[in-house]
Amino acid sequence: MSIIFERPRSLTDKPFHYCPGCTHGLVHRLVAEVIDELDIQANTIGVEPVGCAVSAHDYFDIDMQEAAHGRAPAVATGIKRVWPDKVVFTYQGDGDLASIGMAEIVHAAARGERITTIFINNAIFGMTGGQMAPTSLLGQVTTTSPHGRDAGSAGYPIRVSELLATLQGAAYVARVSVHDVKNIARAKRSIKKAFTTQIEDKGFSIVEVLSTCPINWGMTPADSLKWLQDNMIPYYPLGELKVDGEGVINR
Amino acid sequence: MAQKVLIKGNEAIGEAAIMAGCRHFFGYPITPQNEVAEYISKRMPEAGGCFLQAESELAAINMVYGAAGAGARVMTSSSSPGISLMQEGISYIAASELPCLIVNVMRGGPGLGGIQPSQADYFQATKGGGHGDYRLVVLAPSTIQEMIDLIVEGFDIADQYRNPVMILADGMLGQMMEPVVLEPKKRIERQLPAKDWATTGCDGSRPRNVINSLFMIPEQLEQRNLILIDKYKRIEQNEVQYQSIDIEGSDVVLVAYGTMARIARTVAKKAKELGISVGILRPITLWPFPYDAVAAIGDMPNVKAVFSIEMSAGQMVEDIKLGINGKKPVYFYGRTGGMIPSPNEILDYICDVLEVR
Ligand SMILES: Cc1ncc(C[n+]2csc(CCOP(=O)(O)OP(=O)(O)O)c2C)c(N)n1
Ligand code: SF4
Ligand SMILES: [Mg+2]
Repeated sequence: MSIIFERPRSLTDKPFHYCPGCTHGLVHRLVAEVIDELDIQANTIGVEPVGCAVSAHDYFDIDMQEAAHGRAPAVATGIKRVWPDKVVFTYQGDGDLASIGMAEIVHAAARGERITTIFINNAIFGMTGGQMAPTSLLGQVTTTSPHGRDAGSAGYPIRVSELLATLQGAAYVARVSVHDVKNIARAKRSIKKAFTTQIEDKGFSIVEVLSTCPINWGMTPADSLKWLQDNMIPYYPLGELKVDGEGVINR
Repeated sequence: MAQKVLIKGNEAIGEAAIMAGCRHFFGYPITPQNEVAEYISKRMPEAGGCFLQAESELAAINMVYGAAGAGARVMTSSSSPGISLMQEGISYIAASELPCLIVNVMRGGPGLGGIQPSQADYFQATKGGGHGDYRLVVLAPSTIQEMIDLIVEGFDIADQYRNPVMILADGMLGQMMEPVVLEPKKRIERQLPAKDWATTGCDGSRPRNVINSLFMIPEQLEQRNLILIDKYKRIEQNEVQYQSIDIEGSDVVLVAYGTMARIARTVAKKAKELGISVGILRPITLWPFPYDAVAAIGDMPNVKAVFSIEMSAGQMVEDIKLGINGKKPVYFYGRTGGMIPSPNEILDYICDVLEVR
């Protein structure tokens, strides 16, 4: 009998606590598979956010540090400056990265910090119960935009990948989605490329993963995947924005 | 005897850190401590270490958290408004039991305040500052030589107890120059535990290391906090430091730390000419506070009054009252906003209280 499917080595056997249909667990798996394939489990250090993934250390079978809300890129910078030869990544939600932590991610990218960021854009604050995020779409109903996000008062959703791609220190910037099998495979390739960019010392790398939050979107898991495809992708186009970009500073 | 050199307080902070084996510094400019980062930006690369100017104090303290968690000897330096911005991170560092050194070269507040020396961050440093039940070890040097000694010792205390340590200096100590010997005078031998908890990457030869402070189950969080509280008790038992000068047989005792302790000595000299004998109690650790030494003053029959003299609107005086516990009258004299009380105005106040002249 041969094993055709098993848990990646870099994941623990603890069942995910995420809501049914939430894509956080799926992205964890992709990251763990990449860590396994690159054979870097023993020298990878992860930084988890404040958000639904706050206990990612329960799942990733590696050394990890929990960062204050939004500060994961600063924490990862501290770790990377101590261990320049280890692989350091942050895993952050859109409230964490694009709202409270915007300064830290921009400056980590601008410095060409040799870290990798996995950015879960689910267009909402999941953990705190579905409030508006900087990435919530215009018209999107959330618990703090009960009549739909209104540009006149709440402004416009931020396209983080486009913004970071303008920075010289960002070497790899990609936006992917996990709404179907084909895109999940693409997402994994991008995550691998981002880690490889770090290992090859090319600069900062980030993969924005369009994700779902069925619970706070008030939809079934299947409807959520369709909503992502129909509403998020038109505003957040998929693709690699920067590959082997500039930003290689000899350090 | 090693050669003396003339050095500015802020630069001595940088040199002492390197002397202590600190090889990682993260900070953001703010007066009156800019020379700390400027000096380290030059010296750290020479010593094979890392200097990084962070985008904010918020980022700086979280870089410190990351580097401390990764097992490095690490520090940051700032002044009052910047230290306020760091408080969330300091709470996380204390909660996660990470050793590091934080320097606060205090300036006048509140708000943007001013850039002149102050001691108005005493409450913030000693009573919490950030959220939750935690303690910082707070060391208050009164000379540049002592600043060097306490920085070296501060790193050791941080490592021994896995706790953040703060050097509480002020703009006067940061900006003045003094001749010093660039080596720590006394280095108490401490058993420093191995940092086997650090995030170094886990190859399976040890359980993996996780640095976090989230405990969603209150019973677990309480247990966790009891461990911290137990550690704080040990620090209170073992680490109190103070200097007492001519307290035995004195008429009054001045309690003062840092720059104000220097001024207290001048006050004592001038008071002697008026026939008043003044003793000085100088807390070196502000937390743990030398309550026992203060309490002992309460039992001295000759002492008529105790004075707290501060560059604040009256902060340390509350701890002195706790220590004296009603056994003597406790008075306060201070200036605030960056004003430094002169020896004469302090002496006038003492004379008024004692009704002499
Ligand atoms: C300083 C601070 N402010 C606010 C919070 C509360 N908080 C926790 S998670 C969160 C938002 C998380 O949203 P996101 O980053 O999008 O993650 P998700 O749960 O959607 O994955 C907020 C506001 C906090 N923990 N700390
Ligand atoms: S609240 Fe949303 S993001 Fe959080 S676990 Fe549930 S579905 Fe996922
Ligand atoms: Mg979110």
